[in-house]
Amino acid sequence: MRITCPCCGERDYGEFAIYGDASRQRPHMDDTDFETWYNYVYTRPNPKGRHLEFWHHVQGCRQWLVVERDTVTHEVYGVALARDVVTLPDAPKAKRKGAK
Amino acid sequence: MTHYSWFSVFSKALSGNKGWDRAWRDPEPKAAYDVIIVGGGGHGLATAYYLAKEHGITNVAVLEKGWLGGGNTGRNTTIIRSNYMIDGNTHFYEKSLQLWEGLSKDLNYNAMVSHRQIYNLFHSPSQKEAFAKRYNIMRSCGIDGEILDRNEVMKELPYLDYSPNARFPVYGAAKQPRAGTARHDAVAWGYARGADMRGVDLIQNCEVTGFQRDASGAVVGVETTRGAIKAKKVGIAVAGHTTQVAEMAGLSLPIESHLLQAFVSEPYKPLIDTVITFGAGHFYISQSDKGGLVFGGDLDGYNSFAQRGNFHLIDHLLPEGKAMIPCLSRLRFQRTWGGIMDMTMDGSPIICKSPVEGLYINGGWCYGGFKATPGSGWCFAHTIANDRPHEFNAKLTLDRFRRGYAIDEKGAGPMPGWH
Repeated sequence: MRITCPCCGERDYGEFAIYGDASRQRPHMDDTDFETWYNYVYTRPNPKGRHLEFWHHVQGCRQWLVVERDTVTHEVYGVALARDVVTLPDAPKAKRKGAK
Repeated sequence: MTHYSWFSVFSKALSGNKGWDRAWRDPEPKAAYDVIIVGGGGHGLATAYYLAKEHGITNVAVLEKGWLGGGNTGRNTTIIRSNYMIDGNTHFYEKSLQLWEGLSKDLNYNAMVSHRQIYNLFHSPSQKEAFAKRYNIMRSCGIDGEILDRNEVMKELPYLDYSPNARFPVYGAAKQPRAGTARHDAVAWGYARGADMRGVDLIQNCEVTGFQRDASGAVVGVETTRGAIKAKKVGIAVAGHTTQVAEMAGLSLPIESHLLQAFVSEPYKPLIDTVITFGAGHFYISQSDKGGLVFGGDLDGYNSFAQRGNFHLIDHLLPEGKAMIPCLSRLRFQRTWGGIMDMTMDGSPIICKSPVEGLYINGGWCYGGFKATPGSGWCFAHTIANDRPHEFNAKLTLDRFRRGYAIDEKGAGPMPGWH
């Protein structure tokens, strides 16, 4: 299995550590609905086919990635930086250097 | 059906071994059954066997999409043991080990159960304390277990690395004397034959493609590749694909499918007459009756439905084996294979009624399903027959996650790949 890191290029998957399913979004911290949190913590889609998952390029750029991979063929369809594709409902707006 | 005995073997041998019956029938599916079990592996066949034997329910069909015992039952490392600590697991696995003890006689089929002991090595005082806690809990529940120090281990397992250069010096070991191994295929075949003798229909090449529901939503039958079959109750025992089958009934389960590899070396003279686990990593080894050293370790880590593994795990595993038993370095691999594991969010299985009326779930076996085969079938049959769990599986429910009663032996949390 090879993963093409957006920063480092194509690398063997052994350089990466998997964290798991990336298809769910963490609920807002102020959300107190039991079912919402139960589903977030304990249920997974577990598809036989295309699966979104977090990988960490531990032995490379150390960026968190969101990888779309096939759970049957292990083919990797796409890789993105997690910070570009994951939005948290309650994340503070980061100020970038040079931003007005 | 021929009763297998010393006499039948001898008399059939005299007549040239002609005239042996088929071990089980190959029936056409009937239109309706009292109970349908989806999945003809060890667990499904054991369930059908105990439904017939313990509960007198014989109008039962086992539906198998491939051949009997062709899934994880034929792909494991055949270890049996009951050294579990957390309430909910402890008595369940002990029940299973007790059933293993009389299994060959009960089935009239040689399951080749061998109580060759298991040694869990530990390599530090703190690891010893953790094992002592676990084994003391077992002993307080009436389960056998011993803690050995380094000198005792040296006497019993002289081929481990005790040299000053050992990367992880052996500090001692926890031992369960009644643990051991069994012949995996024979377990499936023995249960199949025993169930068939009691009237259960074993239907192979019959894949379930959907569930029939009535107006109230209850399951009243299954759609299969060999036509629709009605049933009052349907149990699923398809570990590896539990989420796929449950999804047909609209259930989303706290399970992910992961990949576990197993390995066997070239046949070798008798070396390891027990089961040994490495404490400084995850590696376990035993020796088959054919001489091959059978070993395995961790999951590959990523979600997978592919029955084949990757090289990094092999690269990680073999040095662990060599660190423990240096003489392994001269051996060659013969085969490696992979199996699909139902990994639950706490590393413990699920045997219970599902939220859908008429549907029962047996799954989430993580990588501990083989040793549980008799106990799992026994408890699942009890649950289906009586519509309530036995005390041995009362805590292995689907709603334990919702209620905050996860049974997490390793303490890894809701991360299926980490158990």
